[in-house]
Amino acid sequence: MQWEIVIGLEVHAQLSTSSKIFSGASNAFGAEPNTQASAVDLALPGVLPVLNRGAVERAIKFGLAVGAHITPRSVFSRKNYFYPDLPKGYQISQFDLPIIGQGSLTIQVPTTAAGQTYKKIVRLTRAHLEEDAGKSLHEDFQGMTGIDLNRAGTPLLEIVSEPDMRSATEAVSYAKMLHTLVRWIGICDGNMQEGSFRCDANVSVRRPGAELGTRREIKNLNSFRFLQQAIEYEAQWQIDTLENGGTIHQATVLFDSDKGETRAMRSKEDAHDYRYFPDPDLLPLAIDNEWIEQVRDTLPELPLSKQARYVADLGLSSYDADTLTSSREMADFFEATLNEAPNEAKLCANWLMGDVSASLNREDRDITQCPITPRQLGGVLKRIADGTISNAAAKEVFKLLWSEGGNPDAIIETKGLKQMSDVGAMEAMVDEIISANPTQVAEYRSGKEKVFGYFVGLAMKASKGKANPAQMNEILKRKLAD
Amino acid sequence: MFKSSLLQLGAALRSKKISSVELTQLYLDRIAEHNSKLNAYITVNEEMSLMQARAADVQLAQSTTHALTGIPIAQKDIFCAKDWRTTCGSKMLSNFIAPYDAHVIEQFNRVGAINLGKTNMDEFAMGSSNETSYFGTVKNPWNLDAVPGGSSGGSAAAVSASLCAAATGTDTGGSIRQPAALCGISGMKPTYGVVSRYGMIAFASSLDQAGPMAHSAEDLALLLNVMAGFDERDSTSLQRETEDYTRDLNKPLIGLRIGLPKEFFAEGLSNDVAQAIEASISEYKKLGASVVDISLPSSRLSIPVYYVLAPAEASSNLSRYDGVRYGYRAPEYTNLADMYQKSRAQGFGEEVKRRIMIGAYVLSHGYYDAYYLQAQKIRRLIAQDFVEAFKQCDVIMGPTTPTTAFNLGEKKDTPVQMYLSDIYTIAVNLAGLPGMSIPAGFGGNGLPIGLQIIGNYFDEARMLNVAHQYQQVTDWHTRTPQYLKV
Amino acid sequence: MSLSINDVFKVAQLARLEMTEQAAQTAHVQLLNIFGLIAEMQAVDTSGIEPMSHAQDITQRLREDVITEHNQREIFQAAAPHIKKGLYLVPQVIE
Ligand SMILES: [Mg+2]
Ligand SMILES: [Zn+2]
Repeated sequence: MQWEIVIGLEVHAQLSTSSKIFSGASNAFGAEPNTQASAVDLALPGVLPVLNRGAVERAIKFGLAVGAHITPRSVFSRKNYFYPDLPKGYQISQFDLPIIGQGSLTIQVPTTAAGQTYKKIVRLTRAHLEEDAGKSLHEDFQGMTGIDLNRAGTPLLEIVSEPDMRSATEAVSYAKMLHTLVRWIGICDGNMQEGSFRCDANVSVRRPGAELGTRREIKNLNSFRFLQQAIEYEAQWQIDTLENGGTIHQATVLFDSDKGETRAMRSKEDAHDYRYFPDPDLLPLAIDNEWIEQVRDTLPELPLSKQARYVADLGLSSYDADTLTSSREMADFFEATLNEAPNEAKLCANWLMGDVSASLNREDRDITQCPITPRQLGGVLKRIADGTISNAAAKEVFKLLWSEGGNPDAIIETKGLKQMSDVGAMEAMVDEIISANPTQVAEYRSGKEKVFGYFVGLAMKASKGKANPAQMNEILKRKLAD
Repeated sequence: MFKSSLLQLGAALRSKKISSVELTQLYLDRIAEHNSKLNAYITVNEEMSLMQARAADVQLAQSTTHALTGIPIAQKDIFCAKDWRTTCGSKMLSNFIAPYDAHVIEQFNRVGAINLGKTNMDEFAMGSSNETSYFGTVKNPWNLDAVPGGSSGGSAAAVSASLCAAATGTDTGGSIRQPAALCGISGMKPTYGVVSRYGMIAFASSLDQAGPMAHSAEDLALLLNVMAGFDERDSTSLQRETEDYTRDLNKPLIGLRIGLPKEFFAEGLSNDVAQAIEASISEYKKLGASVVDISLPSSRLSIPVYYVLAPAEASSNLSRYDGVRYGYRAPEYTNLADMYQKSRAQGFGEEVKRRIMIGAYVLSHGYYDAYYLQAQKIRRLIAQDFVEAFKQCDVIMGPTTPTTAFNLGEKKDTPVQMYLSDIYTIAVNLAGLPGMSIPAGFGGNGLPIGLQIIGNYFDEARMLNVAHQYQQVTDWHTRTPQYLKV
Repeated sequence: MSLSINDVFKVAQLARLEMTEQAAQTAHVQLLNIFGLIAEMQAVDTSGIEPMSHAQDITQRLREDVITEHNQREIFQAAAPHIKKGLYLVPQVIE
């Protein structure tokens, strides 16, 4: 009998502000321990939180990007629990009235068939602002743990999805889309190694159509691969447990990436009672339409609308459109190149997804580190389009631009890569070839069509490969005919 | 000298009759002589106070100075003062040297006032008798067997015994007004948000408010001019035009409408206090005021509401004291959980632990709606009562406390009895209104009685005027405890 | 809902306060008295009344996103019970 896997994701995105959410300390990653922990971050006696406008703006941006309701009057609450990396003994978060209400995200899920995907809409329950905790370092303090509070107070947007995903692959596609989006709208650097984008997965299994099963929450998955592995392992574990007559108990688990297993967190064993209540230090947060509209004006065109536009107006395939909008930088590069070579969308797409991507991968760089500018690439494509150079010549120009830079037309000129388009000269060559090869001419005229290739070879050789192949074929055919 | 008003002291300093160093030394000597009896101060630091005094004398030598430049002010030990030990009356912070100044301290430093020392208080401001202080109980200068009130008992005793020119306090449920009443001095809790809470160690954040404690309303006005003001570091600090709280002191009271809430004169109020309050009301009538009978029907619920909301906020505010980053850490523990439990159990006193437990309970799963939410709703009812009342009157008057100072130890082990002594003051904090207490006579036992004056939001200047006019025709506020040779 | 001795232990645990059997007994009696005082509040009909969390009915002022605090580690850690390599040390945290 079948099992259905049900997955909901909670993603913590660190917001790319310069200062912390409730203090004026730097939000930069990687400083010496506790050098960016201010009196407020350390919860010294008597200090108070003051909310960072930049964090609120980023939350509004996200809300607009996922078409969510933005709460006109949201409330900050205290989530009370003791942990050494939580200086106040409570986390300032949002509970009843989060800043962002229901929204949705459209994702493309890959299938087993290469290049094939299907669309799926994942509903977002809410997104709320909260503060990050510090870090516990377990290494080399013989039996002790070291606490670094630089991260304490880093602004987080916790994005909660409905349990709409039905496979690890769907969950990963959703996480990737979210990851693309937060970087696209510039609210999070998306650096997963640094923990800027962390996923918690709520996994349960059930018989199709049955009630939701008991879920277990896998905490802190900081790579898409681990997300995939953890969900697959956890789901299988739950299925096996149930099929062996066991029951699932709600729990918080960690993924051991070495063993590829999930295990229950010992520290979370005792049932929590967070005693949420509105933070008396923070008044209600008011967001009026004027502010929302100001933020809307700063929002870039979103991936979905670009994809639609590329297909409808530029005639690209939806696969090309998806690929070109995989990141805002890629899309910007594409559009800038298209400006140089208007009406050559398909050619641009092919080159970006072909030679450019290949060369970038080879030197593992991303599009922002591409040594060729859109202007240069566009220059090359323009010359392919107007027949000045052949594709082969274009690849040569591309290589030179990549290694030495420069101006495409100048390179074409100095390297003499122009295609020959002087009909008279080409006819002269053909006449010579015909008179020099009577036997083959006779064969051809007697109907041995395949000899034609032999003449093409000679002709291209004579033109040192510069002849426009189409033109040359036309001349050969004509002359051989009479 | 010790009977002088702040204006007189200021004049003496500016006319070079005395230097700030001399004045500060006089007070320090007086503290040295009397504090052992009263225990009003937790920390005195002659060097730091005199260093400030020397700087003040330099300022005074130059032309423009502030009314309080060079004047020694005692600071409740709830305010963080840079490089001063700041204990909040707790073992938890008994060795905590504050690395920064509270806004209130900054304001006094800015005008060149002298920090004379840190006054004793109930632990984390939780108490009404100063008996919960880790640093021992404070004695009432009028009777060393009586409590000074709390939680700002050290400040009240210090002012009353002239161990400082004036002092600061904080008031969450009456902690300025009640000790002011029991020690025979004047004290004011301003409208919530008028004085920044930055650097003031939190008890119940939505109720805590700092205010001045002194001999007279005139002194209070001068102190409030320094303490009040917007501070961007406190999200609840109000952005308002700065006002001069002395501006209306001398206005006549003709036409003033005084509201008398029947609930403040019901059973539970002792006769001597009732008589003193009635006497002062007749004084006000002589000054041209009229009396209106009003009712604050929900105010009877202010104690239950307060003992849900304040502990709830406190239980969370005091979670930061875990022995990890600063403060007391138990000497021995077996693991992390044990370190937390022992450090907090040993670092906090009984009353603080009691309130933390009440707070954790009323917020915990299953009880939140019945206790916390219900209390917040009744808090609104209590606030609305005042809105209605102020449609009929300009100020509300009544007793500050039901009785004069009770004896040390009398209520120490019966929390509920102790809590009831704040019955007339708590509603004001719940509503966020300004309230004050001024001396209004003495009880049969010779202990002071306080008249409470409650004003509408931001009506401090009028309340100070109302108090000042009374102090022009009475001398209760000039009386000093017999045993002190002044 | 009358508070039991087990509630006292549960709450003490929530609040991280070590509690001996005897201390719990005393606390229990006192807490029962206090909740007796509080009980008066629960009879009141508060349907339709907006809870009051703050003393004034205003909304939050925001801070501009600028760095105003700089490293004061040495000063702040002067008050710390146990420090190593700039870290606050605590007994092993088990995850
Ligand atoms: Mg980061
Ligand atoms: Zn979270």
